Amino acid sequence: MMDALQQFSAHYNYYITIFLMISGLFIVIARGNLIKKLIGLSLFQTSVYLLYLTPAKIVGGTAPIYDKNFTVYANPLPHVLMLTAIVVGVATLALGLALVVRIKEAYGTVEEDEIFTKDPESE
Amino acid sequence: MRFDLILRVGAKLVLPFILLFALYVQFHGDYGPGGGFQAGVIAAGMVILYALIFGIRAAKQIAPPAIVEMMVPLGVLLYAGTGMAGIFLGDNFLEYTAFAHDFLHAHEWGIFTVELGVLITVCSTMIVMFYAFVERGRS
Amino acid sequence: MTEAPNAETFVISLLLTLLAGITLAIIRQRNMFGVVILSGIYSFLMASIMIALDAVDVAMTEASVGAGISTVILLATLYLTGSMEYPQRRSVIIPLCLSLAVGAILIWGTSGLPKFGVADAPIHKHVGPTYIQYSKDHKMPPNMVTAVLADFRGYDTLGETAVVFTAGIGVLLLLQGGWRVSSAGRKRDDEDDENEPSARSASDAANGGTSAGGTSA
Repeated sequence: MMDALQQFSAHYNYYITIFLMISGLFIVIARGNLIKKLIGLSLFQTSVYLLYLTPAKIVGGTAPIYDKNFTVYANPLPHVLMLTAIVVGVATLALGLALVVRIKEAYGTVEEDEIFTKDPESE
Repeated sequence: MRFDLILRVGAKLVLPFILLFALYVQFHGDYGPGGGFQAGVIAAGMVILYALIFGIRAAKQIAPPAIVEMMVPLGVLLYAGTGMAGIFLGDNFLEYTAFAHDFLHAHEWGIFTVELGVLITVCSTMIVMFYAFVERGRS
Repeated sequence: MTEAPNAETFVISLLLTLLAGITLAIIRQRNMFGVVILSGIYSFLMASIMIALDAVDVAMTEASVGAGISTVILLATLYLTGSMEYPQRRSVIIPLCLSLAVGAILIWGTSGLPKFGVADAPIHKHVGPTYIQYSKDHKMPPNMVTAVLADFRGYDTLGETAVVFTAGIGVLLLLQGGWRVSSAGRKRDDEDDENEPSARSASDAANGGTSAGGTSA
């Protein structure tokens, strides 16, 4: 029992990461609003940030900025990868939103079901 | 929002410090948290805040769209040009060792130029995206 | 328990639990305006967690990008598209089952991962110590993240900058062109040829060129 609890608390970050990931997946599949879908996609992306940053952390360590008073640092490599991923993430989110704006102008709606009924190709 | 006096005066007080903070984050990035990506976004945030409070027309006077659009490829070119400079000095692409006599100084120069390129591209891209969305709503 | 749970881990777990709560609220909220504000809160919480995870550079980026720029752009989009999500017509059973199945597989996968925060995990054995050693030897700036970003992995960052550039060009092409599509789903050709009142930018010319080519072909 104690062992299972310890296992749970040692992997709690991963469980929350997985929860965020499947929440994003659920929103992308289940919700019809295109903006909501994009927010779900960015939730999914944020869970990947956590997935990378969690193993980089050392309890008792410090941020990866060298100072002679510290010896234990977090691993800087996942930080670099996620830093660029965040900026690229917002750029691609803006691109997706631009597409949504064009879809709204063309179909008059951002709901997926209505777009399918209005689209002459889908009949 | 146009005639909210407190908001306008408060924003005018805060705006220069936001820009100053962006420059601090950019140039102190070697010694503290920060770098081109963060500084670019903070500087773009200053322009966006200005546009939200004083209107898009005023914002376009301090950051003209023609210049901002030119800055988007300029940053990438500066970055790639730094890489090419390494080749011309006899090293590999994006290898900064030949930039100065000392290893640390050479690499600090390389990092400085590269981060400047990142700052230019990220800042101008964010401003351009904001302008595009706002213009779409006005027309 | 053999080891006492320390304060650092406790704070991180608490913040993560709050994050999960915000996520549930985002799923349930129907008003898109509320969703955007919630995602701003989500980003700030995420930035706090990143600080607790010692990723200060990433936290700064997340706070300025996630909570700042993406909230502004989402609000600008909501102004153009309207802010209510219609009630759902399809069932949520299948997506829920699929998500839970994926989650179960992933949770099964975590059992093999190293424990949180231990110093002898495989990730700390490979290239990380090299980067830290370079900064310790004063061969690189003290901020290892900047050193890795702009120097060791310069190629990566060049690629990411190019992606940001490309996305910016894509947004300009999509939103700033003279092309307008009517709500009937048909392009009004007369608008982009001679009646264009203001040539706003170079992307206008590019769009005019492609549409003229399309009609003549």
